[in-house]
Amino acid sequence: MMPGRIAQTLYKYAPLVILAVAWEAAVRAGLVSPTMLPPLSDVFKSLVRLFSHGAIFGHAWSSLVRLVTGLSAAIVVGVLVGLLMGTWRAAHLIFQPFLNLLYPMPKSALIPLMMILFGLGDTSKILLVFLGCLLPLVVNAYNGARGVDTKLVWSARNLGAGNLRVLTSIRTRAALPDIMNGIRTALAFSFVILVNAELIFGQDGLGYLVGSFGSLGEYSSMFATIIIIVAAGFACDRLFQRFSDHLLRWRAV
Amino acid sequence: MTTVTEFTGGDVAAGAGRGSVGIRISGLRHSYGRNPVLEGVDLTVAPGEFHCLLGPSGCGKSTLLYLIGGFLPVQHGTIATDRGPVTKPGPDRGIVFQSFALFPWKTVLQNVLYGLENLGVARSERLERARALIDMVHLGRFADAYPSQLSGGMQQRAAIARTLAIDPDILLMDEPFGALDAQTRRVMQEELLAIWQKTNKVVVFVTHDVQEAVALGDRISVMGANPGRITQVVSADFNREKGSNVARGVEFNSTVESVWEMVRHEATVAEKSSAREPGSR
Repeated sequence: MMPGRIAQTLYKYAPLVILAVAWEAAVRAGLVSPTMLPPLSDVFKSLVRLFSHGAIFGHAWSSLVRLVTGLSAAIVVGVLVGLLMGTWRAAHLIFQPFLNLLYPMPKSALIPLMMILFGLGDTSKILLVFLGCLLPLVVNAYNGARGVDTKLVWSARNLGAGNLRVLTSIRTRAALPDIMNGIRTALAFSFVILVNAELIFGQDGLGYLVGSFGSLGEYSSMFATIIIIVAAGFACDRLFQRFSDHLLRWRAV
Repeated sequence: MTTVTEFTGGDVAAGAGRGSVGIRISGLRHSYGRNPVLEGVDLTVAPGEFHCLLGPSGCGKSTLLYLIGGFLPVQHGTIATDRGPVTKPGPDRGIVFQSFALFPWKTVLQNVLYGLENLGVARSERLERARALIDMVHLGRFADAYPSQLSGGMQQRAAIARTLAIDPDILLMDEPFGALDAQTRRVMQEELLAIWQKTNKVVVFVTHDVQEAVALGDRISVMGANPGRITQVVSADFNREKGSNVARGVEFNSTVESVWEMVRHEATVAEKSSAREPGSR
């Protein structure tokens, strides 16, 4: 069973392995200048150095704090707004214009504004993460709350539930699959906007590290940091999916 | 019985009279936008009566049930129980839907507990009552299963237990066995009769199945469409001495035949009138 699964995983990620081999080969064969694109083996050496040196952990921690704070706040606010919009028409009328405004706006365009308003510290970056991942959270929670089977709401009311109890125990629970989808999308968005912000005006954090290695011409360390960011994003997504599957285990298989 | 006589309300049926709460409906009209769905419904359901609403699709039988349940606002006319006029949903009128409408994220036990939690029943008593009801509908081994893990018949049993948990005076059932296969349906019909006889509740049961209506109902309201109304009320309470088993003898068959004639007539009239409407199929 186990060897079968390993083979399956290898097969699934074969294109990545091929890319890695092609990368290494292209540089070694002199097709690309090593100053422009360091060989992958050098990138891995840098990766090991980053960890053994230990400096990476401080930066990772800074990024993590911003990400968790901004994303958590966005989840609380976004889900609440979405649920209210899906439940009460008045809430929909109030919030819909703001959503329409936020939808086509590239969130990274807000970076200079946030810098001016809230300085170069954590506040502006956390706010950017917050704004950057708000939209999928609101939209998904709204769709979830709106799509609740009327018969479930009727059943709850019939079983003695008042408006608030219907919202908390029925609409929120019935919307949970959509809410979890929204959080997954928001998670990806939060990585993008945070790295953007740190690149542009960071003094620490993984995004800052990418930018400073790049400007110093230390491309192998830069690529190593990018790999760390990608791996962290991948791991977060997988962990979240595990958690989500457990939470939604009641669904038909 | 091929003549259709207009039913006028006000005649209290010879119901079993074991319970204490009945339903009085008078001058009830309802429309969705400009479409009239119910016109001039008058009906009195006696305490303890098992009453079937029978008719073709589009006759407004489900709408009538939802109005009694308080899920739709009464536009014209009145609906009252012994507790007063119906204005909103309440645990005195429990409902069971064709689609079961179990909370899919809750186990069978949690579904049955939900109403008891809302009513503020003490924790130990809640569990005891829920377990007893789950046993009554033969789901004891499945108390911790999610609805998605159960068959249609089992899900409907769970839904019935959930509704009985709040001990309603009136049980409203919206084609509850419509989604079940023939064998399961028959078993469920007999179990429902047994429960009804044990609990003395008023049952209002919506169906489009003539046999089901005759097998279950003390009385049957035959409904017509375009717009929906009650055209006749038929007595069919000859099965009761046989306990929970539905006797399907000569009387049963002749009643099915005569009710079927009425329904056929209504369906034909409905088809003709909808064919004459411009823009309809």
